Amino acid sequence: MSTVFPLIQTALELGLISSLTVLALFLSYSMLNVCDLSTDGCFTLGAAVGAVVAISGHPYLSIFAAMGAGILSGFITAFLQTKMGIDSLLAGIIVNTGLYSINIAIMGNSSILNMNKTETVFTIMQEKLASTFLKPQYKLAVSVFAVTAVAIFLILFLKTRLGLAIRATGNNPDMVKNSSINPVFTTMVGLCVANAFTGLSGCLLAQSQKSVNIDIGSGMVTIALASLLIGRTFVGNRRIPLRVIGVILGSVIFRLVYTVALRFNMPASMLKLVSSVIVIITISAPYLKGKWPMFKRRLGLKNSREV
Amino acid sequence: MLQINSISKTFNPGTVNEKTALNKLSLNVADGDFISIIGANGAGKSTLFNAIGGTFFTDEGSIILDGEDITLQPEHVRSKKVGRLFQNPMLGTAPDMSIMENLALAAGSGGWLSRLSKKDKEFFREKVSLLNMGLEDRMNHPVGLLSGGQRQALTLMMATINPPKLLLLDEHTAALDPATSDKVLELTESIIAENHLTCLMITHNMETALNLGNRTLMMNDGNIIYDVSGNERKGLHVSDLLEKFRENAGKDLDNDRMLLGN
Repeated sequence: MSTVFPLIQTALELGLISSLTVLALFLSYSMLNVCDLSTDGCFTLGAAVGAVVAISGHPYLSIFAAMGAGILSGFITAFLQTKMGIDSLLAGIIVNTGLYSINIAIMGNSSILNMNKTETVFTIMQEKLASTFLKPQYKLAVSVFAVTAVAIFLILFLKTRLGLAIRATGNNPDMVKNSSINPVFTTMVGLCVANAFTGLSGCLLAQSQKSVNIDIGSGMVTIALASLLIGRTFVGNRRIPLRVIGVILGSVIFRLVYTVALRFNMPASMLKLVSSVIVIITISAPYLKGKWPMFKRRLGLKNSREV
Repeated sequence: MLQINSISKTFNPGTVNEKTALNKLSLNVADGDFISIIGANGAGKSTLFNAIGGTFFTDEGSIILDGEDITLQPEHVRSKKVGRLFQNPMLGTAPDMSIMENLALAAGSGGWLSRLSKKDKEFFREKVSLLNMGLEDRMNHPVGLLSGGQRQALTLMMATINPPKLLLLDEHTAALDPATSDKVLELTESIIAENHLTCLMITHNMETALNLGNRTLMMNDGNIIYDVSGNERKGLHVSDLLEKFRENAGKDLDNDRMLLGN
């Protein structure tokens, strides 16, 4: 038990922190129907900005700075695809590439920053919990707090008129125009909010690890997508609050499974391959399932001819 | 009310696919007019609606709605004043969202961050019960589960929940079975009469074209070739319309659906 619990704890922390990115994709991918490929770069941007501001002595401000940077990045991605005629996938890739240079610049032309002695929300929480039994769970406490806040915000947000309009933009853009709503506006707001979550996610991961390197966000979009799809298989297409919970659950399950795999001596570098395979399976399975009856008929036909 | 001054629209200009869909078309619509529009395939009927609704901008000419020049207004701005229904019932609603949420978007009351109040919900339920389709008990069901007729009736409700200055109906019952089609047409009539809406309706059913509304337009090659209202219209039969078409267009009406439709 004593060896298992720390593993579960790490998986929970990581799962919760990265579930913020999954919630971002829930908004952009599931609701707005835009696959935002700038997610990797934006995650690193949040981590870098959060680290730099925290190192300069502003632990709370670092959180908001990281979210602000995410909003800016989301705005640029949205601007490119709605106002500049660039395809939405390409817009994400372009911003992602550009962010690499920007992130290096933010980190002071270095590809790694250390926060060993930096005051962050995690160290603050550690001090606050110092005299309680929750002391070892200080990272978990911060993660739970952040995820709860974001989840509640998202659930409430999607119920507002703006939230409805964002959902409709992903569902039927023509209908949105007919309802006197500008889909350009809803796409921009949706991507800005989503990337604020991504930035926050990156910031918290970096601060919990006490370091940030330029590769911290690489592959995040696939990992988050895998988590999102795992969550969807559990919860299905039900009401929004349930789906939001499913998203968080999916992220935690993904990390738990991954942790278990590590225990069975899977090399850590396999994480990205595993997430790719999960995304491939969950997206293509329903498609292949639909094709299966036809495939069976063809097979039957072939066999009967041979007889 | 609506004043269209010599608008033209050419698609794919300068290519082999060049097609002049609207050719210096002018039209004056009076307040409260209910106009039916007929014409062969490719006559420019839907193009005319797209020009008024703002799906694209016209190459020349101007469109004045209620004293306001809307020629260069983007679609989502115009849609405050112009309500539209299409032949395809799928176009007007968001399938994954509930009836309530669809209506809330169409009604668009309150600020961006406002949420549906109890009063709103009651109001929407009341509105939907007017459709007489039992949808008021399914307010939280996704619209994607409704039949084509139900979706089109709901779209009609959504387009008129804030009465627009102008309602454009583009063969909005053509994809429905005859019984549903009659029901939706009935609803259309009563909603138009109740709200005193000004309405343009494209139809392939010449019977409907003559029975509904107070004025009928016939289109061919991007222009209006016959415009009839008042007493002259009252005496018209379907056969007269066919004759008029031959007279004015110099050819037979070749819209199969029109000829075979009841």
